[in-house]
Amino acid sequence: MLHIVNKSPFEKNSLEQAISNSKDGSAILLIEDAVYAAKSSSSVAEMVKGALGQKTVHVLGPDFNARGFADEDVLEGVTIVDYSGFVDLVENNGTVQSWV
Amino acid sequence: MEDEMMEGGVVKKFMYVNRKAPYGTIYALESLEVVLIAAAFEQDVSLIFMDDGVFQIKKGQKTDGVDMKNFSPTYRALEMYDIEKLYVCKESLEARGMSEDDLIVDVEVLERAALQDLMDEQDVVFSF
Repeated sequence: MLHIVNKSPFEKNSLEQAISNSKDGSAILLIEDAVYAAKSSSSVAEMVKGALGQKTVHVLGPDFNARGFADEDVLEGVTIVDYSGFVDLVENNGTVQSWV
Repeated sequence: MEDEMMEGGVVKKFMYVNRKAPYGTIYALESLEVVLIAAAFEQDVSLIFMDDGVFQIKKGQKTDGVDMKNFSPTYRALEMYDIEKLYVCKESLEARGMSEDDLIVDVEVLERAALQDLMDEQDVVFSF
């Protein structure tokens, strides 16, 4: 299953909810303001690192770059995807749930 | 009041409190528009960037991939409108793993307590 999050982790708890309510083996995709969670250093980095053991975490590169972060600023273990990678995640993970 | 305005002698202290990340919502861009209006009326303008608002002035924004206008260079132009009082919340920067070096404009980094005093002394506060 693919869980899509688009809200800043500093403003809403959508990502925290997505992590706690998703099964092991799920994929989590960070888009729009949720990409801030993919930074290598911040107060939410530990939460994302904790999820990485059981789930895969992906970030939409164009949204990450638009907000001033280069690919090398990404948290270790988080995969950067482009728009076609977004489509692949949807195709390969069955049901999609958006945590708005 | 109206007479004073007509004479152009009234200068009020206007503060704009920016708390939202750019691009995901329209708040950041709209705030910038309103700030420029106040500048045109030669008011005493200050800006605070706090919480996710600190992301508005992050260096290195590249929006080609999302088909949106990168409006971050406009913050550098504020100086030309005599808007030079830019304050950033220290705690907000730290929580986001950022420092003053990550910002595209010269700012004064202040702790929350100092920002509260600044807000307290304004005539008008706009929240975005």
